[in-house]
Amino acid sequence: MATVEKGWPKDEDKEKEKIYVATQWQLMWWKFRKHKMALVGVFITTILYLVAIFCEFVAPYDPGQFFIKYKLAPPSKIHIRDAEGKFHGPFVYKTIREQDPETLRSIYCEDTETWYPIRSFVHSGEYKMWGRWETHIHLFGLDAPHEEQGVFLLGADRMGRDLFSRLCYGARISLSIGLVGVFLSLFLGILLGGVSGYYGGTVDTVIQRVVEFIRTIPSIPLWMALSAAVPPDWPVVRVYFAITVILSLVGWTWMARVVRGRFLSLREEDFVLAARLVGSSELRIILRHMVPSFLSYIIASLTLSVPGMILAETGLSFIGLGLRPPAISWGVLLQAAQNLRSVALAPWILTPAVAVVITVLSLNFVGDGLRDAADPYSR
Amino acid sequence: MLSYMLRRVAIMIPTLLVVSVVAFVIIQLPPGDFLSSYVAQLRAEGDEVDMAEIRALEQRYGLGQPIYVQYLKWIIGILLHGDWGQSMEWQKPVKELIWERIGLTMVLSSCTMLLSWLVAIPVGVYSATHQYSIPDYLMTLMSFVGVGTPSFLLALVVMWLALSQLNLSVGGLFSVAYINAPWSLDRFVDMLKHIWIPLLVLGVGSTAGGIRTTRANLLDELNKAYVITARAKGLTEWKVIWKYPVRLALNPFFSTVGWSLARLISGTTLISMVLSLQTTGPLLLRALMSQDMYLAGSFILLLSTLTVIGTLLSDILLAWVDPRIRMAG
Repeated sequence: MATVEKGWPKDEDKEKEKIYVATQWQLMWWKFRKHKMALVGVFITTILYLVAIFCEFVAPYDPGQFFIKYKLAPPSKIHIRDAEGKFHGPFVYKTIREQDPETLRSIYCEDTETWYPIRSFVHSGEYKMWGRWETHIHLFGLDAPHEEQGVFLLGADRMGRDLFSRLCYGARISLSIGLVGVFLSLFLGILLGGVSGYYGGTVDTVIQRVVEFIRTIPSIPLWMALSAAVPPDWPVVRVYFAITVILSLVGWTWMARVVRGRFLSLREEDFVLAARLVGSSELRIILRHMVPSFLSYIIASLTLSVPGMILAETGLSFIGLGLRPPAISWGVLLQAAQNLRSVALAPWILTPAVAVVITVLSLNFVGDGLRDAADPYSR
Repeated sequence: MLSYMLRRVAIMIPTLLVVSVVAFVIIQLPPGDFLSSYVAQLRAEGDEVDMAEIRALEQRYGLGQPIYVQYLKWIIGILLHGDWGQSMEWQKPVKELIWERIGLTMVLSSCTMLLSWLVAIPVGVYSATHQYSIPDYLMTLMSFVGVGTPSFLLALVVMWLALSQLNLSVGGLFSVAYINAPWSLDRFVDMLKHIWIPLLVLGVGSTAGGIRTTRANLLDELNKAYVITARAKGLTEWKVIWKYPVRLALNPFFSTVGWSLARLISGTTLISMVLSLQTTGPLLLRALMSQDMYLAGSFILLLSTLTVIGTLLSDILLAWVDPRIRMAG
């Protein structure tokens, strides 16, 4: 029996062997997989970014289209069974608008006589996918023309525009501003942090002072001052880039600290010394030997700094110093919520806030999971 | 200790210099100089423009002279005469407008910071010593939500709930009767009645962050050999935890006071617009919108200076708490 055991390794040993021969990225994936909240976060984040990429297709209506009949209409109720309990699949009843004789406010009721089924891949309003391909297929919608009946998943705003469609279009700007801003700050952070950590000495001291200095200035007042200097007559795209640059002017410090810390500890490692002894150039040492070993850390802290950017844009646009209508971002949508009376009247205009919180939370979870998995060799 | 403090103060001076340059650049950012827009505004309103007054202003701010002369005139005016410049929109010296608002901002921020420490430290310690228990999971989840929710959105939701559920308007720092009243005991009491909402709203985020920091650091410390030694010596569990590892775990609190203060001031700026508080936020926004740049620049300069001083205090505090730092030379 003993000889057989020697020849055939036990399951445990097989497991161990698998770990020994696994690549670094495999180990990270195994570790990341254990973090359940991070997996949920990845799932939600993916959905959000898919919505942002395909917002024209997901949104049932054009975000600028007014429905005069539906000013501040509440979210449409989606039914599956009708009043007699017969199953129809998802549908909405016909909306009837009445006016309160005293307050003159619109009241929306359902007419249970007529119903409109919600279909997927319906042909309705025309649009250009990514500004290029003309099509009129939407993810979902009603068969009926919108003059007759509309479907508002999250209600309509003060001008009668579909909030869900606006939220989808807003996702494109809000989510991408986080990514673009982070990549700008990544560039600055890696450059300056790398220089600081690799060379050390006076260069390091100066750059560290600058980092500390930027971090001690309260960022929102600074951002406010800088974005107030953006000329109001600039086109949307240019304002968008100006705001991203302003955000990353402060954002890079975080990245620089992470990179510098890794550089400082890696500089002393044996494999860097070995590379130097065999005569590798500085650039080769950095790019070929050092960068791969802290890439995972960078990805983790990148993920963790996206939410900060998204929040900053939301805050700035909310107070009217960031993006301005006709641009649609979650912050711009929240401007409507500044008026407390309309919030009390139509609480659904707060849904962009919910979207912001969900995005920030799931990105934080992903980042946390990545950070734990970044060093797969630790316990 | 004294030499450490002196060195820290010496390091602070160039930082303050850079702060002042940044504030000055912000004053200069909008195209054209403020005087010509001021004159244009007066003309537009049909007022007579007093050329002598314009000359005096030009002289005072060194307009038309090289930029460094303008900067020197501005900073020397502040340092030697306490002259922060003129607010074009309010037609008043800046210093009459800012001090109360800056004061309230700082009171609000530092109260929030103390409050969040008072809550975060015990909760974080409990969370770390009872790792993976149900309260620990609950608190971790809550701190995640707290970190993820921006304070101005929280403020919006709180106000909406107060209005729709309790039919209560919760904005402002004072009741209507006390807004412009001079400081008195009654006004102070009135402020205490209003200040808890912004404190709560602001505190959620920083408390949540504090809980996470304390928990993570304490967990690192608890695995170290000196904790086992202390236990082996037979110290009570209470003493083992609170006397050694907690003290070490709290270091990041003190060393990042500057940043948390900066973050809190940022947070205050945003939520005071939502809650319409008499702090710097709304006035700064208005000054920026109407290009009242001396007012805006002074706000930025003062807020940053106070944060730098806060950081200095925290460094001294850290050296006092942790002998390793003050001994390092």
